[in-house]
Amino acid sequence: MPARDEILRALRAARVPELPRPDAGAVAGIRYDDLRDRFAKAVIENGGRCALVLEGSVAAALRQIPGYPEARKIASLIPGIGNLDLAAVQDPHELEDVDFCVLPADLGVAENGACWITDHGRANRAVCFLAQHLVIVVQAATLVHNLHEAYLRLELPKRGFSMWLAGPSKTADIEQSLVIGAHGARSCTVLLTS
Amino acid sequence: MSEALGVESTHAGRAAVFVKDEARLHWHDTAVWFVRQKRDKARAVLPEWEELRALGARIKAHTLSRLPDYLEEFEKNALAAGAQVHWAQSADEHNQIVHGLLQERGVTRLVKSKSMLTEECGLNPYLEARGIEVVDTDLGERIVQFRHEPPSHIVMPAIHLKKEEIGVLFHEKLGTPAGLADPQALTEAARQHLRTKFLGAQAGLTGVNFAIASTGGVVVCTNEGNADLGTALPPIHIACMGVEKLVPGPRELAVLLRLLARSATGQSITTYTSHYHGPRPGAELHLVIVDAGRSKILAREEFRSALQCIRCGACINTCPVYRHSGGHSYGVAVAGPIGSVLAPHGDSKKHADLPFASTLCGSCTDVCPVRIDLHHQLLLWRGELAGRGLVPLGKRFASRVGRWVLLRAWAYRLFGKLARTLAPLLPRSGWTRQRDLPEMPRESFRAQWRKRAGPR
Repeated sequence: MPARDEILRALRAARVPELPRPDAGAVAGIRYDDLRDRFAKAVIENGGRCALVLEGSVAAALRQIPGYPEARKIASLIPGIGNLDLAAVQDPHELEDVDFCVLPADLGVAENGACWITDHGRANRAVCFLAQHLVIVVQAATLVHNLHEAYLRLELPKRGFSMWLAGPSKTADIEQSLVIGAHGARSCTVLLTS
Repeated sequence: MSEALGVESTHAGRAAVFVKDEARLHWHDTAVWFVRQKRDKARAVLPEWEELRALGARIKAHTLSRLPDYLEEFEKNALAAGAQVHWAQSADEHNQIVHGLLQERGVTRLVKSKSMLTEECGLNPYLEARGIEVVDTDLGERIVQFRHEPPSHIVMPAIHLKKEEIGVLFHEKLGTPAGLADPQALTEAARQHLRTKFLGAQAGLTGVNFAIASTGGVVVCTNEGNADLGTALPPIHIACMGVEKLVPGPRELAVLLRLLARSATGQSITTYTSHYHGPRPGAELHLVIVDAGRSKILAREEFRSALQCIRCGACINTCPVYRHSGGHSYGVAVAGPIGSVLAPHGDSKKHADLPFASTLCGSCTDVCPVRIDLHHQLLLWRGELAGRGLVPLGKRFASRVGRWVLLRAWAYRLFGKLARTLAPLLPRSGWTRQRDLPEMPRESFRAQWRKRAGPR
């Protein structure tokens, strides 16, 4: 691999004096008195909706979401919800017409309303982006104040896909006008369970 | 307008074309400044903002100081996660690698999400000349691609266009009703159009915002979700990154992610912040690591910190020259202060005018989330380029005269007197073409001071 070695040689030839690694965990990130309240506000700032629901009543909360009761194709990574068997999907292109996708999140961040979603090695993560509408279910007990705390707590998968998901897909590329529903989900509802 | 901008060969010349339409100039200025204000609001709610900036700068400086080690660590971990790693010394090599990967797999339809690196390398024309359909999927990028022009801003590629112009464009390209200029409706049309492109693509290409050395993962940030659709459907994902994209680990990533979106658009985080560790089952992930002149910048201590850039665009949004001259006036993929600092490292002669496209007001340095001393580097470039004879004769002559005068008190007094009497009589040209001369005082500051202070 000559290019690789040439690049590494050129970078070493730059002889940059080594600087110490700062303690990136030492920063005192913003904290909130009421984590749930701040998280819900952040979700709304991102263009999403947020509802507080009791652990056992997710199914009932789903029925309250506009469009959900009429939806034909509902994909879900939560057992007992949805009408599509994702494991049976051979090709992600088959998920093109999914109306709703319900995703569990491992963690929620109060400062920015982002939810940590992992695909746990499944091939069909496309459903998260193809679905017209998204629902994220996150346990209130998992909320953290800021991203520093979040990365301290979560473990990045050795292999696989994971992401911060913060609201519906959006763009402001035409004259700075905010438009919700660019390529991905047109709406995003976060159900905060307790 | 883009055609008119194309003929001029200097920033000043292209800017002169841009400022001819005064109403449009002010509209552009306001639109870009609005984004700067959103950034200010986002920073104001974080008490730790300045601490974060300082930390962001130190993280990037540390990473650059051990860059080859971190690259090797990243490569090892990326390979372990199942990615394939390619290295390119130059823009050409980068283009050849990407084309080779596509050709070997018979790919003729590629969807791309935003990557300033591929813009810098000229990847699109390279692939198109070889029979590959390249579709830019970021809405702003798709708009400028339809217009056959480069992005005018690294974060908002179509910030120079009005919705009516995009309406006309979409009417022609996508068949939207004539006269339709509603951003919501135009975005919906693009959504439908690009869905077919995503579903029909055989490969997806993305840039990289951050590459994590300790895990071998790459992170891509978008609001639209275009990078994710482009990589979740086709079986091949190619991610192109400059060597400077490395961060040591997730903790450092947290700091830079908190800075990025707030500095870019005033959001607390982008909608999608995707972490790719290896390919999805049954698919391929190729990482192309590019030098293309970066190792040369690294070797120059006074310019090194420019490699800390996380491409947020904050320096661009705040720059009075950018806001009043438009992104296309720079003639490079990355416009604004950071672009003017980076471009002369490549073709110094061609881009020698860019460090002069600045008022040196220092606002860029003030907003930079990783504290790059941008205005200082612009000044350094001016000196270096003049020393290398790459600055126009007139400018060099004027500087010589200025230096000669400022070194001699008597000459300074004489010049002051001449200026006070003669300047108002000069015809309106050059400097006074767009501004009024201030009214000349009757006597010099020194004379006034002497009067006030009285005899010693």
